[in-house]
Amino acid sequence: MESVGNILVYCVVALVIIVCSVLTVTTRKILRSATYLLFTLFATAILYFQLDYPLLGAVQIAVYAGGIVVLFVFAILLTHKPGEDADALKTHRRVLGSVAALLTVALLGGALFTFAPLCGKALPADMADVSIENIGHFLLSTDKFGYLLPFEAISVLLLACIIGGVVIARRR
Amino acid sequence: MELNVLMYLVPAIVMFGCGVYGFLTRKNMIAIMISLELMLNAVDINFVVFNRYLFPGQMEGMMFTLFAIAIAAAETALALAIIINVYRAVRNVDISEISKLKF
Repeated sequence: MESVGNILVYCVVALVIIVCSVLTVTTRKILRSATYLLFTLFATAILYFQLDYPLLGAVQIAVYAGGIVVLFVFAILLTHKPGEDADALKTHRRVLGSVAALLTVALLGGALFTFAPLCGKALPADMADVSIENIGHFLLSTDKFGYLLPFEAISVLLLACIIGGVVIARRR
Repeated sequence: MELNVLMYLVPAIVMFGCGVYGFLTRKNMIAIMISLELMLNAVDINFVVFNRYLFPGQMEGMMFTLFAIAIAAAETALALAIIINVYRAVRNVDISEISKLKF
């Protein structure tokens, strides 16, 4: 039996995720869109905390909410006049988008509810040790479940990203 | 009432659907990037929820999400740099106006 607080948190988070992600793609002011994206990302972070992954929630807040959204806001302010509305969508475009989105949701939902009996179990109490120390050991270990290679690949990717950013932003 | 996998995946599905809708309908490049972030985030939720509920003894899903967040950050930074550079060249971020690769 789940505690009432847990269920309440889940309901609020699910509602925020659904409402804010719909608003993110339907609002006509781009800055508001970025703000709703921020709320969605925060709600996701709360979901991670609720599922007992504190590091993941912290990373979600620090990288997504703290980094990516700020980047978006900078880019928006550099490229738009404040308070400017986007043009209204053309009807055929909106219909096309809605049909594609509904098809996707129907397909995924159908797949999900086909496997519903498999998914009906409650939250398992025992879980892997996800303390920072253990995750650090996993990230830098070379044995069967080690992540040294992806870790190094990510560092090369970030280096390439930094160089790419400098090259792109340089004035010719 | 018990919280189960389905209840966590339904918001993720809605989020992914919104991402698809925004990606196909929006014409502003930054709005398209925002929709892309929504889709990436929905996938991250899936990884974490499946990891926690179906394979609680392992941490593969969590690691995938960690790496996915890092890659998403890198990709967004680079894409926004490109968008700002395009804006410098043509004073516009509307994809229907930008039809040439070289100016």
